[in-house]
Amino acid sequence: MEGDIAQLGQFIGAGLAGIGSGAAAIGVGHVAGNFLAGALRNPSAAGGQTATLFIGIAFAEALGIFSVLVALLLMFAV
Amino acid sequence: MATEAQGEETGLVFHPLDQFIVKPLFGDMGDPVHWYTITNVTLWMALAVLAIIALFVFGSRGRAIVPTRTQSIGEILYGFTYKMVEDVAGKDAIKFFPYIMSLFMFILFANFLGLLPMSFATTSHIAVTAVLALAVFITVTVVGFVKNGVGFLGLFWVASAPLALRPVLAIIELISYFVRPVSHSIRLGGNIMAGHAVMKVFAGFAAIAAISPFAVLSITAIYGLEVLVAGVQAYVFTILTCVYLKDALHPSH
Repeated sequence: MEGDIAQLGQFIGAGLAGIGSGAAAIGVGHVAGNFLAGALRNPSAAGGQTATLFIGIAFAEALGIFSVLVALLLMFAV
Repeated sequence: MATEAQGEETGLVFHPLDQFIVKPLFGDMGDPVHWYTITNVTLWMALAVLAIIALFVFGSRGRAIVPTRTQSIGEILYGFTYKMVEDVAGKDAIKFFPYIMSLFMFILFANFLGLLPMSFATTSHIAVTAVLALAVFITVTVVGFVKNGVGFLGLFWVASAPLALRPVLAIIELISYFVRPVSHSIRLGGNIMAGHAVMKVFAGFAAIAAISPFAVLSITAIYGLEVLVAGVQAYVFTILTCVYLKDALHPSH
């Protein structure tokens, strides 16, 4: 692929893929916020659930990282 | 690749992804054997391994009742990982503790060594993390079949679901099982790569006089965040290994 239109589409696509990382930020905030809401109601049970918190954050974040990767691929590898 | 042209347009003197280029440290570029010598990736991976060995050899040398500083750091790391394996994967997964401990130590030290200025972040390469994730994937699959035989396939056949739903769930479970090594490796590699690229972008902003105080402040903040990310990603990689191991040892839902 050559020409300005192809490069335009590449950059627009990379920008659109970047939205995904913002969505992942919302997801991670949702997980952490709900954990805090639950932890403040029952602080004694919160300590045992930090592992679950990190697993949840990791799963939410992985999809955001995928979108960053798509953006990087569009910018540099296509 | 249009990287050089973009670098000139945006006024950056370097490209944010240039730091991830693998270079041989010895030999001339035309020499065909120079790729078989030490590259910057192998150097920093070896340094990570040497740092781990140094910590645990010097830490356990005294075997004091009242631990020295080095010994207590070693004891904290050992106890932390041991408790994680025991809590997440169960008591019968303790025989995999040496493997999980070495994974955790290697990723943790590689992440932190990558944060040193002028160093090379080995875990930012998908090639490095994919090998670690594939090793976990193959280990878990082999252990699952050895421990449970054909019963390991019960992981995909959800017995508690209605019969009509089970084939659909089996396909979803199968896909999610085979996506595991992909997400496992890209999570670590992508996080470290994105963090280091962001730091380089802000370092480029620091060269512009008008916004350089802001850039220096924000690069300090981002560096702090990256220290956190380096620890958390090593923890997440290890704890997901424990979760997968628990699935292999107890495949019933």
